[in-house]
Amino acid sequence: MVRIEKLHKSYVTGSNSLHVLKGIDVEINKGEMVSIMGSSGSGKSTLLNIIGILDNYDEGGYYLDGELIKNMSEAKAAIHRNRTLGFVFQQFNLISFKNALENVALPLYYQKISRKKRNIIAMEYLDKMGLRDWAHHMPNELSGGQKQRIAIARSLISKPKVILADEPTGALDTTISYEVMDILKEINADGITMIIVTHEHDIAEMTQRIIRLKDGIIESNVTNGKKKQVAAV
Amino acid sequence: MFDIDKWQEIFSTLKQNKLRTFLTAFSIAWGILLLIILLGAGNGLQNAVMQNFESNAKNAMWIWGDRTSIEYKGLQAGREIQLTNKDFEILRGQISGIDNISPQFNIWGGTSVSYGNEFGNFTVQCVLPSHQPIEGSKVLTGRYLNEIDIKQRRKVVVIGEEVQKALFKEKEPIGEYIRVNDILFKVIGVYSDGNGFQNRRVVLPFNSAQAIFNGGVRVSTIGVTTGDATAEQSMQIEQKIREKLSYIHTVNPLDKSAIGIHNTLSEYKQTQNVFFGIKMFLWFIGIGTLIAGIVGVSNIMLIVVKDRTREIGVRKALGATPYSVVSLVLSEAVFITTTAGYFGMVLGVAIMEGVDFLVDKSIAANAAAAASSSDAAGGAPILFMNPNADIGIAVGATILLVVCGALAGLIPALKAAKIRPIEALRYE
Repeated sequence: MVRIEKLHKSYVTGSNSLHVLKGIDVEINKGEMVSIMGSSGSGKSTLLNIIGILDNYDEGGYYLDGELIKNMSEAKAAIHRNRTLGFVFQQFNLISFKNALENVALPLYYQKISRKKRNIIAMEYLDKMGLRDWAHHMPNELSGGQKQRIAIARSLISKPKVILADEPTGALDTTISYEVMDILKEINADGITMIIVTHEHDIAEMTQRIIRLKDGIIESNVTNGKKKQVAAV
Repeated sequence: MFDIDKWQEIFSTLKQNKLRTFLTAFSIAWGILLLIILLGAGNGLQNAVMQNFESNAKNAMWIWGDRTSIEYKGLQAGREIQLTNKDFEILRGQISGIDNISPQFNIWGGTSVSYGNEFGNFTVQCVLPSHQPIEGSKVLTGRYLNEIDIKQRRKVVVIGEEVQKALFKEKEPIGEYIRVNDILFKVIGVYSDGNGFQNRRVVLPFNSAQAIFNGGVRVSTIGVTTGDATAEQSMQIEQKIREKLSYIHTVNPLDKSAIGIHNTLSEYKQTQNVFFGIKMFLWFIGIGTLIAGIVGVSNIMLIVVKDRTREIGVRKALGATPYSVVSLVLSEAVFITTTAGYFGMVLGVAIMEGVDFLVDKSIAANAAAAASSSDAAGGAPILFMNPNADIGIAVGATILLVVCGALAGLIPALKAAKIRPIEALRYE
């Protein structure tokens, strides 16, 4: 689903150049649930942003569903972000002046689906997240867990092939974090590829594979033994 | 194509950002409102002053004898100069560039004029038919003096509008006889000439009345018009007249106080220049106001886009194309500025119409008050009239503001649409 070959990425600020990713080779299969770990500055978020076509890269190649993504125009990237990818952010990134229902329905607006139809679909997804009663509340009236569930509903509504989550539990307490992870696992069980960036070990433990980054290179790429054992039993 | 969904999106954004919407709208509406009031006030002032010129032909010139101030050829200074019929004949025969000329023998103020039991004191003016275009009198009913009146020395009279009101009330005056200094004159017409005192006159045929009122050959004033002469040509004609009369009356040609000449055209031109200056000044302030408005709107649009950078990042992550981002920001900007601009324009025009209405009412009241009082003077000059801004300018200014507001929003919107979404998302 996602194939990355010899990927390099530098950030240039003024005369300084910061080499963040120094040749990443990784392949993530369809339906996998993978976590990317690493300390801050290791390049894990940058990698996720490149996978999400939110950022570009300098060298190497990135293939999404077999298609090379390089120097892509914003208009074309927008279609991929809209149809193929779904995003879950640490800070939720809900639009503050839209209520929960409108936030969830927004990706469908960019698919030119009528307001009535997209609101019906959005309500279904909110219902799945157990938030039907909160549909007409504004984001600032909701708790962190509720906001993240709305963000997840929003990422799912366009039926993406890959969901990219950048520290999805970073702003939540442990109980809520586990609830969110359960939801993500359920989504993965439906066949959607899931890539999660996290620095929390217990969160990473819940995924099938852990990719560890250190200083811009892959330090280890191991299939989660514990998970395998559970699966074997 | 009208995209109803996009507009619902825009309206919900506007509704959720009331203060921002209000500030943008206010700065636009205020700018247009001020511009319209400013230009309207300027026009009102000009209309009023120019109206005061309307009552005379714009190319009229008035000539009268006064007192010498320089001794000349053994004659002492302080000598009084009296114009005569001969002066009139000479000017008529010898000065080129004059198209109308009429002598006037005036008896200012208190000449008793009566009809039946009604009477009043009015100025008597004895003139030739060509006085009408010089004075710019409009005949309301009947006719003005004609050549036959002069030839046959008819005892006829043309009365001013207010004389008619005072003597005849609602009655038809044409064909009636009025007494001017106890001599009967037949009313042949009623004239109107601007406002106020010029309508409180009775106009008689020059030759017969000059004789009747012991005028001899004396002429009070000679009025001329100079055709379509330019201000410069008119000054030259004025100079020729001065030289000719100075020669006849043995006056130093440099002695300007001996022969009075009032040249309406050069004065009109001067006034026009003054108004050109005032207009330039108003435009300067108006354009300044407009620029302040443009800067205000541009500033708000810049802030709006900055404010929405993160939101734009979120929208892009969810699949917004650059076009949809620019279109969203721009449509919103154009919608606010157009609506507010239109509102400001309508309000401005309404205010000016209101002022116009009140001014017209006060002018009418003033005229009525002047008519009811019998004294010859009065009729305050009008200082303000028809204050209307050119609607074309108002629309143009509104469009300019809309375009500038849109441009100010466009540049950062394009930038926001172009940058990678991750930068927009990181923006705080």
